[in-house]
Amino acid sequence: MKRIERVFVANRGEIALRIVNACQELGLETVVGTSEADKSGLAAREADRAVCIGPAPASESYLRDDLVVQAALGTQCDAIHPGYGFLSESPKLAIRAQENGLIFIGPPPEVIELSGDKLRAREEAARAGVPVLTGREIAPGDDARKAGDEIGYPVLVKAAGGGGGRGIKLARDADELGNLVSLARSEAGAAFGDERVYLERFVANARHIEVQIAADEHGAVVHLGERDCSVQRRYQKVIEEAPAPDLGPAVRNALTAEAVAFANAIGYRNLGTVEFILDVDTGKHFFLEINCRIQVEHPVTEAVTGRDLVKLQIHIADGRPLGFAQGDVVFDGHAIECRLNAEDVARGFMPSPGTLSLFAVPENLHLRVDTALCAGATIPPYYDSLMAKLIGHAEGREATIDVLQEALEELDVEGVETNRMLLLSVLGHDDFQRGGVTTDWLERAIV
Amino acid sequence: MPLSDEDVREILRIIDESDLTELHLETEDFSLHVVKGERSEGAPAPTPRPRERPAGDAPTPSEPATDDGLATITAPMLGTFYRAEAPGKPPFVQVGQRVEPDTIVCIIEVMKMMNSVTAGVPGTIAEVVPDNAELVEYGQPLFRVQSA
Repeated sequence: MKRIERVFVANRGEIALRIVNACQELGLETVVGTSEADKSGLAAREADRAVCIGPAPASESYLRDDLVVQAALGTQCDAIHPGYGFLSESPKLAIRAQENGLIFIGPPPEVIELSGDKLRAREEAARAGVPVLTGREIAPGDDARKAGDEIGYPVLVKAAGGGGGRGIKLARDADELGNLVSLARSEAGAAFGDERVYLERFVANARHIEVQIAADEHGAVVHLGERDCSVQRRYQKVIEEAPAPDLGPAVRNALTAEAVAFANAIGYRNLGTVEFILDVDTGKHFFLEINCRIQVEHPVTEAVTGRDLVKLQIHIADGRPLGFAQGDVVFDGHAIECRLNAEDVARGFMPSPGTLSLFAVPENLHLRVDTALCAGATIPPYYDSLMAKLIGHAEGREATIDVLQEALEELDVEGVETNRMLLLSVLGHDDFQRGGVTTDWLERAIV
Repeated sequence: MPLSDEDVREILRIIDESDLTELHLETEDFSLHVVKGERSEGAPAPTPRPRERPAGDAPTPSEPATDDGLATITAPMLGTFYRAEAPGKPPFVQVGQRVEPDTIVCIIEVMKMMNSVTAGVPGTIAEVVPDNAELVEYGQPLFRVQSA
């Protein structure tokens, strides 16, 4: 039986700190691998040990699976937690960890590979009986216009190696499609090292709803409910919540059952998220993709289920059975997460790195704040601009919105530009308060 | 016409929205080279161009001499520090030995890849900081060198 005693954390910022804290609560030792820019970060200070794995640019540190594994071995760790982003969705790290006798806290490499291949994941979903949007691969030499005419316009051109909102283009008509396909192919080759592209029917009025699943190594698969992540800007999530507002029991049951069926069909292990698109005009839902890591927005699920998902990841990776059945998963209240980013909304959401002269988050029983920042900390220009996640949890949705409005208003932050006002505009907007906004809403109504 | 800040921002915005990772633009008036860095979830941030580091020939960042007249040779990468080419072989350098900037002082192993590290500065080895076969971090002091 495997036994994890010391965990190497291959990430930075709030998620690195989140993993360190979960390990501490489990009585496990931690080593954080940092870049030069994060050496004095909170995660490095909280861990039992921190090692500098390379210079600030991620391509020379956080994205180097060889350095990560070498550092984990050199510090006598027995497991690696990849967090989200960076190497979490690349089979490279999982394979190298395995080859060197380390436990990768995530799914096995072949599942990561399948998750990264959006085209194959679609096919597998369809085979498992999960509805997918009409679409198909456009190979070089294929008649894209003919395929586009069959699917109907507008149509999305997606990169097989994309995902997470990247590598997507919208073609309004056949002429536009003809031009976009070859461009999309060369861009996909450069960005993802995979030129394959496919067409997928575009849903004009859609909600993004995803299901959290957990699978142990003994064949048990459960779901932990859904999250609504429809408040997006350029396919990037801004606010997420659980449960999804106004989702009928029929749709909820179908989504969660299909997510579990799909996870079973592909031999999924550890935590994962099955993303769906819900067509609000027809009420039909379709598979979008599967994400094989802890999600940024996992705290909303933790809030309503009372379960610690990072601890659960480690527990599963340690080879232990889930320890609970579907019927044991109960939901309580409503949770909403706001992503506070260091960005200048007025100047096209330009990242706004810098040193925080002031950063103080209010305390409230109904509020959880995940951040690795404090006053005096520097937000380096090398990485994403997420500063903190504010998670409100109360009995009802209205009360949860109140908690977050109050928290954002009371938040003290100086030194960088933030999207605080944007978050407040969303929370205070009638459409959002009514619930069930679509993925294009934020850019239409506010930005 | 030279590029204004506004132009640069606009170009960055266009690149951000595209799936391009690199752009090289050259006109009579200016030349612009933009590389989009790797990033995790969230909004993109521009990053400086990563330097290529071929294995086996690692440039050594050596700190300038401090008050005590000693320069420091720091680790150009994380890895396992080896003082000799192989077990049983004599170490590359000993305390008191004279080194030139191109003298190989140690090897750092990363996943079976051996990277030789050069002194970078001329002088005399005054101290070997890590133990042999120890994990060294990026930027960690390896040797103190008495300047020539």
